[in-house]
Amino acid sequence: MNFWKDPINVAADWLKNVFTGWGLTDPYATALVYLLGAFTMVALVMLLDVFLVWIERKVVARFQDRVGPNRVGPFGLIQPFADIIKLLIKEDITPAGADKVVYNLAPVLSLASVLLLWAILPLSALVYGVDLNVAVLYLVAAGALGTLAVIMAGWSSNNKYALLGAFRTVAQMISFEIPMVVALLIPTILSGSMSLKTVVERQDIWYVILAPLGFIIFLISAIAELGRAPFDLNEAESEIVAGFHIEYSGMKFGLFYAGELLHAFTFGGFMAVLFFGGYRFFGLEQIHPLVAVFILMIKALLGYWVIMWIKYTVPRIRIDHMLAFNWKFLTPMAFALLVVTAVMHKLLSGTQPWVYALGMFLSNVVLLLAALEILRTSARNQRRQEEAALSAIAQTSSH
Amino acid sequence: MDASQIIFGLTALLIIFSALRVVTTRNMVHAALWLIVTLFGVTVLYALLQANFLAVVQVVVYVGAIAILFIFAIMLTRREIRDSGPQLNRGWLLAAFISLAVFGSLLALLYNAPVAGRLAGSLTGEDTLMALGQALVSPDAYVLPFEVASVLLLAALIGAVYVALNKKQESDQ
Repeated sequence: MNFWKDPINVAADWLKNVFTGWGLTDPYATALVYLLGAFTMVALVMLLDVFLVWIERKVVARFQDRVGPNRVGPFGLIQPFADIIKLLIKEDITPAGADKVVYNLAPVLSLASVLLLWAILPLSALVYGVDLNVAVLYLVAAGALGTLAVIMAGWSSNNKYALLGAFRTVAQMISFEIPMVVALLIPTILSGSMSLKTVVERQDIWYVILAPLGFIIFLISAIAELGRAPFDLNEAESEIVAGFHIEYSGMKFGLFYAGELLHAFTFGGFMAVLFFGGYRFFGLEQIHPLVAVFILMIKALLGYWVIMWIKYTVPRIRIDHMLAFNWKFLTPMAFALLVVTAVMHKLLSGTQPWVYALGMFLSNVVLLLAALEILRTSARNQRRQEEAALSAIAQTSSH
Repeated sequence: MDASQIIFGLTALLIIFSALRVVTTRNMVHAALWLIVTLFGVTVLYALLQANFLAVVQVVVYVGAIAILFIFAIMLTRREIRDSGPQLNRGWLLAAFISLAVFGSLLALLYNAPVAGRLAGSLTGEDTLMALGQALVSPDAYVLPFEVASVLLLAALIGAVYVALNKKQESDQ
């Protein structure tokens, strides 16, 4: 192994040799290297998070026909540091009657649930935290921790709006977890593995081409899981002020905010890994592992941009519409897609790659058209019934 | 001492402490949160045994669904979150005796078992997950219990929908 081809692992090996040279036994040296690796990873991700604040503010400004931060530093790049200083010197308020331990633990858990996800994100073939064989389920489990953090924040704040926000979050997260799990199973079926590294390695044709509907379902349920517009009911400012984080000020609010931005970016990364070929891009990833990391980051940023694009374009959905949309449309469609994908994958697995890709793509299109047709027919029937009822009332009143 | 033994000892202490807090704390939501700590401890034990799948499913099912449901049941049904009144009932002496007896017999059983004192062997992760998946759907393994459990869960699901639906129609009338 030389340093040029695999810098991260060579550096880790060198560090381990240094530690064993100091008299540590092998398992403790390995544990120490892993600990330092995790620490470095978290530090780099948090640094990235600082600049995500700038990206988010700049992009929302463009969507709203503004300039955005442009005073502090070139293009306003130093703005996030000014934001951090402001958050740090704000008065730290704990509301009366708050459950102090839970209240202080919630923002930490909220950010930690996002940082946990970076353990399984394969940044390149050689740079990754851990290649877990149940990574797809791990993604859902970390999401459950995020839900728990929101409930803890909502309950411990001793505020009715905060509690309402927590209630809404749970209704939303528990419902949208189901289509998300089903959408996650589609790359699992196509690649035959739950390990994200294997998913990327076997993705010779991007899964967004083989399962475009699966990608759309994943995108929608990911946005719902993030609690971003149009699914930002848990912090709807026009209804419940700021929802679960209404009582938080200063850096504790900052942790929720940073967690939300990083969560969106991380899901951009998972979209890239699951549906857009991860760190692979026409063989460019073989030049150098860091080029592969760069490719993944660009794809993740594009995914993050799509999430922002939807957030700043679509108005907030009403809660009953949100639940009906999930249970009556998204979940049945996700299950139908799962069955269709499994059957088509088995039927077409021996054929030419282009026949396989075309068959998978067309089966998705047919399923989408059928779902929309069913939706249209049921909407038409509903409208006819309501019109008949209305005309009956009009006749009785005219007599 | 092996590193995994140290981790096991610390985790076991955490599990016992948090499980005690579940029953001794007077704040019901705190009890549910301590229960989550206990369940996390069990997750660590699964991970130590290299049962990746069980460890992750433990978090998804118990922390992600059941514990959150507990918290909501407490919040929605109780006017007083704080529990008042005695924490022990009349049968506590008998219960303590029975639990000690069970603990003692389990300890004796495990101490005399042939696997006592041996460390868990190393497994390759991919194989266990594959083996589990294939065992769940192969006819000479667990396909029947798996299917029966699925039908039972489906029946429970339909039953829940039926119960909810009936109440709604009554309130409409």
